[in-house]
Amino acid sequence: MGTVRELVRASARVLCVAIPAGFLAIFFLYPVGSILVRGIGVGGLERLVGLPGRGSFRGVVWFTLWQAVVSTALAVLVAWPGAHLLARRRFRGRAVLRAAATVPFVLPTVVVGGAFLALFERFGLSDGSLRLTRTVGAILAAHVFFNVAIVLRTVGTFWEGLDTRPEEQARVLGATPWQAFRWVTLPRLWPAVAAAASIVFLFCFTSFGVILILGGPTRATLETEIWRHAVFRGDLASATALAVVQLVAVLAMVVVANAMQRRRAVGQVPVRRVLPRASSRLLVGNLGLMAVVLGMPIAVLVERSLTTGRGPDAAWSVRNYAALADRVDLLPISALAALRNSLLFAVVAAGLAVLVGGLASLVVVHGRRTTSRLFDLGLMMPLGASAVTVGFGMLIALDGPPLDLRSSRWLVPVAHALIGVPFVMRTVVPTLRSIDHRLREAAAVLGASPARVRRDVDLPIAARALAVGGAFSFAVSLGEFGATSFLPRHPDRLTAPLVLFRLLGSPGEALRGQAMALSVVLMVLTAASVLVIEGWGRRGSVRGDL
Amino acid sequence: MDIQPPFRLFVVAVALTAAACGGAYEPTSVPLSSGGSGTVEAPSPTGPVTLITHDSFWISEGTLEEFTADTGIEVVLQMAGDTGQMVSTAILTAGDPLGDVMFGVDNTFLQRALDADLFEAYESPALVGVPEPLRLDPSHRVTPIDFGDVCVNYWIDRFDDENPVPSTLADLADPAYADQLVVQNPETSSPGLAFLLATIAEYGDGWEDYWAALRRNGVVVTSGWEDAYHGEFVSGGGDRPIVVSYASSPPAEVIYADPPVDTPPTGVATNTCFRQVEFAGILAGTEHRVAAELLVDFLLSPAFQEDIPLSMFVFPALASAALPQAFVDFVQLPDDPHLLDPAEIEANRNAWTERWTEIVLR
Repeated sequence: MGTVRELVRASARVLCVAIPAGFLAIFFLYPVGSILVRGIGVGGLERLVGLPGRGSFRGVVWFTLWQAVVSTALAVLVAWPGAHLLARRRFRGRAVLRAAATVPFVLPTVVVGGAFLALFERFGLSDGSLRLTRTVGAILAAHVFFNVAIVLRTVGTFWEGLDTRPEEQARVLGATPWQAFRWVTLPRLWPAVAAAASIVFLFCFTSFGVILILGGPTRATLETEIWRHAVFRGDLASATALAVVQLVAVLAMVVVANAMQRRRAVGQVPVRRVLPRASSRLLVGNLGLMAVVLGMPIAVLVERSLTTGRGPDAAWSVRNYAALADRVDLLPISALAALRNSLLFAVVAAGLAVLVGGLASLVVVHGRRTTSRLFDLGLMMPLGASAVTVGFGMLIALDGPPLDLRSSRWLVPVAHALIGVPFVMRTVVPTLRSIDHRLREAAAVLGASPARVRRDVDLPIAARALAVGGAFSFAVSLGEFGATSFLPRHPDRLTAPLVLFRLLGSPGEALRGQAMALSVVLMVLTAASVLVIEGWGRRGSVRGDL
Repeated sequence: MDIQPPFRLFVVAVALTAAACGGAYEPTSVPLSSGGSGTVEAPSPTGPVTLITHDSFWISEGTLEEFTADTGIEVVLQMAGDTGQMVSTAILTAGDPLGDVMFGVDNTFLQRALDADLFEAYESPALVGVPEPLRLDPSHRVTPIDFGDVCVNYWIDRFDDENPVPSTLADLADPAYADQLVVQNPETSSPGLAFLLATIAEYGDGWEDYWAALRRNGVVVTSGWEDAYHGEFVSGGGDRPIVVSYASSPPAEVIYADPPVDTPPTGVATNTCFRQVEFAGILAGTEHRVAAELLVDFLLSPAFQEDIPLSMFVFPALASAALPQAFVDFVQLPDDPHLLDPAEIEANRNAWTERWTEIVLR
């Protein structure tokens, strides 16, 4: 009997490692390796050697780097008050606000770009001395818009689970609120901040649509240059050289970010506390900031989706929404059918991401040192790899027995899950790491078996983080365009972002209106899904109260 | 056709185990059989034929079914991104193609595809109905299916007798049209490249001076068609009344107007056009050569050709194909559009676009 149990436990341990490792190896390392090998075969190395000598290349690298650093810093700063509010104050509509903040995430950049341009115009920022149109300022603003949610939620969720007693003790011992925050709260929050910032950084580092649409034609990043060389110029050698630079840079940054996150943090408790009510001033201030940063571009989209006709003929109408059910002649399927496809893909992608990311998190926190570091590093990489590299890589690598997945519909959610896994890990790992050892010990002393400790202590705490990560993966999948556009697909299986892009690819007021309505529906769907998914996570965590 | 998800999971799980054992980097030298886990098709010479297209491809429901009814051959569609993505994808998978026939490579990408030996030659008997100027490949590796023109469009309401609409490329450099034009970057946009080619075809070596003049005249450059037309152009709420778009944009403005309109709000400067011809070709390595030939013939049949305009907003290559009324009423086709030899385009495009970047953006 004993040996059987040991065998089960051993194989469980092997699966914990094998599933994430296999997932990464088959769907990322192998494809990316294949495309790099192909590119090097046609002269990629020679190009790589020649790159540093070119002024334009140095300019691209410098711009890629600094816009990502500044975007990340701004996103953290803007999200900070909101994260505090969500973590430490009670107010009506808290869950809704939390869900609503995820919304920007699914919006296609071409739509958001349009909304920003309209905003700039309305506030007189489209020309003159305060011009934002086609400037770095526009890029930074859009990056903050897209990424605030990551900081808000990753840090907010972690902060919420943080034990408040150390701060209270510090205050009792005479610390000012600032001192308590600076010396007691901040050091413990650090892993979550580093986790969120590293994701935001990678997103901005590999940003594509925002750079092209809002930055104007004079700005280029490594990502846009890889795309231009590989797709528009058909110059695989140069694209490969740039992709190598991008991957090495991302690798270096993830190593640094992971080291920062390993700083030990303590004090996550599974118990729900009664939070103080938020004062109305605090609420107004915070929500005001959110309204400006997140609300205004969204408001423009909603307004456009509800308008038909131009200029003086413009009128309010819900026709754009009604039209979503009808297929237009230019497209294989209706917007509604595309939404159904997207939802199905998102469910599969989020499920995969939670499975792979959850297991990988366990390995990172409890596994052997080398395995832990490798997992922590490797599973972050897809976030920093170009959509071109991954998309083309999958096409040339997954092309023959045993796996010919090139034309399989399941390749899309797999590609989405690759991007979702880092989100799951960045929320779950800091949380697992910070589970108070005393809680576990107390449970063990009271007679709980290790499995019971996992179930009753670890799981409730992790469930909350797992749900946040899963919700993110879901949202990422709903909005993903880049990698998806490289994978061949049957016309019946177009996703909502692909259909949206096609609607905007033709002149015509009705098509544009439909595209706006589709983006609004995508937003609402995202907010609703996030609300539901996180609801599950929270129900899980309530069990910890007992 | 697809294996059920639970079984798929099993397949993946098995593959995971295999990969964990370190077999992931073995090169796959298996010949072109479809023995993968995904699709199982009969090795019949006329089996289902796969048509690879760009994302802008579509045809009315029932049209491809006519082909199936006539020949017994089923058509499977696969969309592979925009034209650039599709061609790059095809080059990467050359020899082990994703499908049997590729539709949508245009004359700006044609030479690249030919240089990569993507296609097997096939001279369709239906080609006799296609006007000579569209047959750009004398060795018939590709077959012309449709064409369209990239032209300067303008917003009619912004012009009147005192400010006449622009009609030539030279007008655009005239101070009377200062700060009115928006174009796309030829390094990132297909119509942007076509428009640059139009100016090169018109001015020859003088194209550099022309673009310097456009820059002085306040041209705005966007990265793509979407941000130009829906962002800067009047139609999408911007304030620029002149944009690089297509000759077929005005009928789209009527057909997809909301509320309905009788005439298009936009017009086309027909002297500014560059002709884009789209081709289909049989992908080298196909296992369904006979079916592929029949499909190419069908793409030139009246049934398919007459459906093209309203499904893709381009013109049928078949001279005898009837045009829909909206196209007859609202399209001004250029008499003498600009064209350049595909080989010349491919040989020079990188040098041209780099020079263009220096002149217009630096």
